[in-house]
Amino acid sequence: MTSNIRSQRVMQLAEFTTKSFIHAFLLIVGLLCILPMILVVSYSLSDDVLIAERGISLIPQGFNLYSYEFIFTFPEQVIRSYGVTILISALGTGGGLLVSSLLGYALSRTYFKMRGTLVLYCVITMLFNAGLVPTYLVVKTMLQLHKIPWLVLTLPTMIMPFYVMMFRSHFAGLPHEILESARIDGAGEWRLFFNIAFPLSKPWLATIGLMYILKYWNEWIPAMLYVENAKWYPLQYLLQVMMRNVQALEAMIQAVGTQVKIPGPSLRMAMVVVAAGPAMFVFMLLQRYFIRGITSGAVKG
Amino acid sequence: MATITPRVNQELLARDRSAARRNTLITNVTLFLMALPGIAMLFVFNYLPLYGLVIAFKDYRFAKGIWGSEWVGFNNFRFIFGAGMGWRITGNTVFYNLLFIFSGLVGALLLALLVNEIHRNRMARVYQAMSFLPHFVSWVVVGIFANFFLRSDGGVVAKLLLALGQDRIVFYQSPQYWPAIMVVINLWKGVGFGSIVYLTGMMGIDEEYYEAASIDGANRWQQIWFITLPLLMPLIITLTLLQLGGIFRGNLEMFVQMVGNNPLLYPTTDIIDTFVFRSLLNLGNLGMAGAASLFQSVVGLVMLLATNYTVKKLREDQALY
Repeated sequence: MTSNIRSQRVMQLAEFTTKSFIHAFLLIVGLLCILPMILVVSYSLSDDVLIAERGISLIPQGFNLYSYEFIFTFPEQVIRSYGVTILISALGTGGGLLVSSLLGYALSRTYFKMRGTLVLYCVITMLFNAGLVPTYLVVKTMLQLHKIPWLVLTLPTMIMPFYVMMFRSHFAGLPHEILESARIDGAGEWRLFFNIAFPLSKPWLATIGLMYILKYWNEWIPAMLYVENAKWYPLQYLLQVMMRNVQALEAMIQAVGTQVKIPGPSLRMAMVVVAAGPAMFVFMLLQRYFIRGITSGAVKG
Repeated sequence: MATITPRVNQELLARDRSAARRNTLITNVTLFLMALPGIAMLFVFNYLPLYGLVIAFKDYRFAKGIWGSEWVGFNNFRFIFGAGMGWRITGNTVFYNLLFIFSGLVGALLLALLVNEIHRNRMARVYQAMSFLPHFVSWVVVGIFANFFLRSDGGVVAKLLLALGQDRIVFYQSPQYWPAIMVVINLWKGVGFGSIVYLTGMMGIDEEYYEAASIDGANRWQQIWFITLPLLMPLIITLTLLQLGGIFRGNLEMFVQMVGNNPLLYPTTDIIDTFVFRSLLNLGNLGMAGAASLFQSVVGLVMLLATNYTVKKLREDQALY
């Protein structure tokens, strides 16, 4: 009897130890995942001279807001790029959701005669991709889309066959009776879509919409390929250009050896925080919608 | 009454039938109109460029356009593969994808298993949220982070090595370190995201299996080894096969932002996608870029068809199409 209790205690202790190890390990993994973000924020609030002496730390050294003050002395370009990014994210997401849900709906209707052909038409684009250069030629030399920056930043990547298929399998799974009874009552396809199927898909629209927003928000390749005017630089591309310019400036100054004062590393880190921070915070709050996107993405029709 | 009803029904039926016929036409036209914007976009941005692939067989000049440029047969391919560059970029692309698939699978599975062990604890969600966060960081910012850690003057890793009494490593001049660096970055950015699918799979496993096993005296390790992993195997195999289908497609954004255009690192970091990007933007050699693209698309298609065929054999519902 006593030995039994003792062995039970030993087992409980063993389980407790294992669980503690798991917690410790997961906490370390989690902290490593957010470590760069913390270090960058800390750096942006630090004094460059102190950092150069003592190295970087989790807590800002010689706490100050000079870098942020500097950025907000000339905020025009940053604000403009924020505007561009918000505009293309909104347009791209709105357009993308509408176009791919409409296509997905049409492809989900079993009584649609062209269904088979058009599904194949979509699947082929998932299997075979012409690649960067032919697309570049079509956009730039054939259509000359780059002359309309907001269009070239949204349209070429607006339709994603994968999302179309997600919408398709979702619409195919809607309760048949609801749509059918509305059809018998004389509702046409537009009405079925906009008054019944679309409102029933709010969670899906939210999930796929967020994936679109994340995509457009973080995109920079189209800007690099097609946008010539700095007024139309989205945030991510602006960030990249600024970093490159500062590096070029540093190299030049090292080579020439002048005493010109250039923006220190803390300013660059502040740029990163200003450019990437707010959106990341929002995405973090909306995490569960992304998670639903992943878990439902595996189910296809 | 009883005699009238059938006749009325007959009329109604006839009217219904013609209405139905009209309806199917209207319905089909309407559905086609709904599909049209998406179909048109796919045509312009996915089908039209296919025609541009002929530049792979041409000496493309902007001034002459696609048609006007001279045919050169397989010269572009010969140039890429003759100098050994084609094999290098193909090898690197496949090598990195294999590394990413394997490390990603192990990392995601491990994370999912551990979170699953404590999933009743409130902290499980916190760990998950923390590991998921890098998924939202753009590659531009990841590149800046990496530079911040790896730069030889005052980078975090350099300081760490100095503190440990190690020699200074100039990462941006030493190609041999990059496979490891890329694996770490890829894990950092993707492990939280990747673990969610497996975690969902684990949550779906019936508790009764574990109860039965623990009555039979199986400990947690045995339960993981003999219940969780075998039941998860179909999911693991399917996802891995689907990833293998994309083995010839590199992550352009990642490699451009992490490495930049750094010839010193080409031996271990130049993949097909970066080669195409460079040929387009820096070298202006579109014929060569087109040739590399076409090669990538063709072998990629073969790979996708093969893996999808296998998935279909194994699990009908999980196939891509």
